[in-house]
Amino acid sequence: MNLNAPTLWIIIPMALGFLLLFISNQRLLSIFGGLVALALALIAQFVPTEIALRVGPLSLRVASDLIVLGRALVIPPTEGSLLALIYGAAALWFFGAEAARSATRLVPLGFMVIGLMVASIAVEPFLYAALFIEMAILLAIPMLTSIHRPPGRGVVRFLIYQTLAMPFILLAGWLLAGVEGSPGDVGLTAQSAAMLGLGFAFLLAIFPLYSWIPVLVEENSPYIVGFLLWILPTITIIFGAGFLDRYAWLRSSPELIVALRSVGLLMVVTGGAFAAFQRHLGRIMAYGSIVETGFSLLALSLDFRLGIPILFLLIPARALGLAVWSLSLTVIKENVETMRFGAARGILRVTPLAGAGMIVATLSTGAFPLLAGFPSRLALWEGLSRVSIGASLWMAIGIIGLLTSAFRSLAVISMADEYTTWTPRESPTQMTMLGLGILGLFILGLFPQTVQFFLADLPLMFEQLGR
Amino acid sequence: MEAAFAWIAVVLIVVTSAGLLFAHDWRWSIILLALQYLGMFILTLQHWPIGMASVKVVAGWMSAAILGMTRSGLANEPQTDETIWPRGRMFRLFATVTVVLIAAVATPAVDTVMADAGFPVTNGSLLLIGMGLLHLGISSELLRVAIALMTVVSGFEVLYAAVEGSVLVAALLAVINLGLALVGSYLLIAATPRETEST
Repeated sequence: MNLNAPTLWIIIPMALGFLLLFISNQRLLSIFGGLVALALALIAQFVPTEIALRVGPLSLRVASDLIVLGRALVIPPTEGSLLALIYGAAALWFFGAEAARSATRLVPLGFMVIGLMVASIAVEPFLYAALFIEMAILLAIPMLTSIHRPPGRGVVRFLIYQTLAMPFILLAGWLLAGVEGSPGDVGLTAQSAAMLGLGFAFLLAIFPLYSWIPVLVEENSPYIVGFLLWILPTITIIFGAGFLDRYAWLRSSPELIVALRSVGLLMVVTGGAFAAFQRHLGRIMAYGSIVETGFSLLALSLDFRLGIPILFLLIPARALGLAVWSLSLTVIKENVETMRFGAARGILRVTPLAGAGMIVATLSTGAFPLLAGFPSRLALWEGLSRVSIGASLWMAIGIIGLLTSAFRSLAVISMADEYTTWTPRESPTQMTMLGLGILGLFILGLFPQTVQFFLADLPLMFEQLGR
Repeated sequence: MEAAFAWIAVVLIVVTSAGLLFAHDWRWSIILLALQYLGMFILTLQHWPIGMASVKVVAGWMSAAILGMTRSGLANEPQTDETIWPRGRMFRLFATVTVVLIAAVATPAVDTVMADAGFPVTNGSLLLIGMGLLHLGISSELLRVAIALMTVVSGFEVLYAAVEGSVLVAALLAVINLGLALVGSYLLIAATPRETEST
C-alpha cells in the first residue's frame, strides 16, 4: 500500500477540518480533534517515510512527495520530528479547546490552518510558501470573528498587514534567484534584502508593525488568538530560516546578522517594556508573544550551530506557555466584565487555577527559573553574551519588563477586599486542563531533556544551517 | 498594436482605481472593480497565454460578484468609524495625482529590475499597488478595505506574471483573490447591525 506524506499531513487534516465544520458538539470536537492530531504526531515521529514497512500481510510505504499542478509538495524524512512537534502541540490546543469553549471554531479551522502551514514548509520551490501562509491567514478570519458580532479593528489590521507580506516575499524570492546568478550586483542584493525584510516584517509583526496583536487579543477570544500567535510565527520563522539555508550570500552576510540581532532586541525590549506598563491582562499576553518572536530572531542571529538548536528549543515552551496563558485568560474573561486591572481585581478567589496559570505562563515567558521557558532563554542569553555583552543586557531589560508585568498582574488578581470568600467558578474540565498545563510548564522547566527526543534531529531538516 | 492595447489598459486602470477612491455608491465600486480586472487581464496577456490570463479575470469578476451580492443583500449600512478619515474630494484628487506621478517616475527603474516586463505592465502594476495602498490608508469601511486589498494583490499579480508562469501560482493566486472576497463578505455581514425582531 502506497501513501504519501503530503496527503497524510496536509490533505487529510484539511479535509477532516472541513468535515468537522458540520459538528457542533464542543466535547466531541475537542476530544476527536485532539486524538487525531496526536495520532498524526505519533505517525510523524515513529513511521519513517520512504521506507517500506511490513504490517502483517500488508506492506506500507509512505512516499515523501506529491506532485500538484507541476510543482511538488515534499516532506522529507528529516522533517518528521517537526511534524510531530507541530501536531503534538496542535493536540494540546485541541484538547484545551473545550475548556475554552471555542472548539467549534478552533478545531475545524485549526486543522485547515495547520494543513496549510505544513504545506508552506513542504512546497517546492519553497518561496511559494507565502501563498499558503496567506491562505491560512484568510482562514483565520472566520476563526477569530463570529458572524454575529461586528469585527474589531484588530481583525481588519491583521488581515491587511499579513496580506501585504505575501507580495514582498514572492518578489524577494524571485530577486534572490537573480542575486544567486550575479552575486556581485550590490544594487540587486540590496533590493532583494529590502523586499525580504519588509515581507518578514509584516508577516512576523516586527516593530512597529505589531500594533494589531494587542488589539486582537483585547477584542477576541484569547484562546483562538493564542493559537494563531503560536502557529503563524513558529512556521514563519522556520520558513525564514529556510531562506538562510538556501542562499549562501544571505547566510554569510554580517549585515543580516546584525539586523536580525537588532530587530530581535527591539522586539524583546519594546515588548517587555510595554508589557510592564499595561493595565490589561490580555494585552500583556500579546506583548509576551511579541517578546517570544524577538527571542526566535535573536536565536537566528547567533552562530547557526548554536542558534538553530535554541530556535527549536524555543518552540515547545512557546506552544505550552501560550496555551496555558490563553486558556487562563479565557477562563478569567468569562468571569469579569473586561480584562482591565480595575475589573480583574481579586479574581484569583473566583478563578484560582486560571490566575495561577496566567502568572506561571507569564513567568515562564519571562525566563523565570525552573519553568518551561527558562532553559531555552538561558542558552540564548549565554550565546548572546558571548557575542555582545550590550545585547545580553538589552535582553535582560526586556525580561525584567515581562517579570514586572507578571508581578503586577499577581498583585492585581490577588488584591481582594478583606473577608472576601473563595468562590471558585472554574468547571472541572477547565481545572483539569489548567492543572495539567501548569504541571507541564514545571516539567519542561525541571526536565528539559524530555523534549530532546523530538528536538535532537530537527536541525537536520536544513542542509546548511546548524551542521 | 499590443503595446497600444496595454497602454489603453493602463488608462483604464487609472480611471477605475481613481474612481474606486471617489465612488460613494457601492454599485459603482463593484462595476469599477470588475473593469479594473479587465485592465489587469490585458496587462497579464502581455506575458501569459490567453488561457492562463483569463483565470485572473474570471477569478476577479467572481470576487467582484461575491462582494456585490453580499452588499446588495444587506439592508443596513455596515458599522464603520469612517468619519475619522479624510473625505474631501480635493484631498483624494491630490493623493491620486501624487500616486500617478510616483508610479510614472518609478516605472523605468522597476522595469529594469523586473526583467524588462514592459513599461505599460510595470506602470499599470505600480498604479494598482499605489492606489490600493492609498485606499487602504484613507478608508476603514470594510467593503473598501476588501476592494483595496484586492487592488494591491492584483497589481502585484500583473508584475509577478512577467517573471513567473507557474500554473500552481496562478491557481493559488486565484484562490487568494476569491478568499479575499469571501473574507470581505464575511466581515461585511458580521459588521451589519441586525434589526431587532419585535414579537
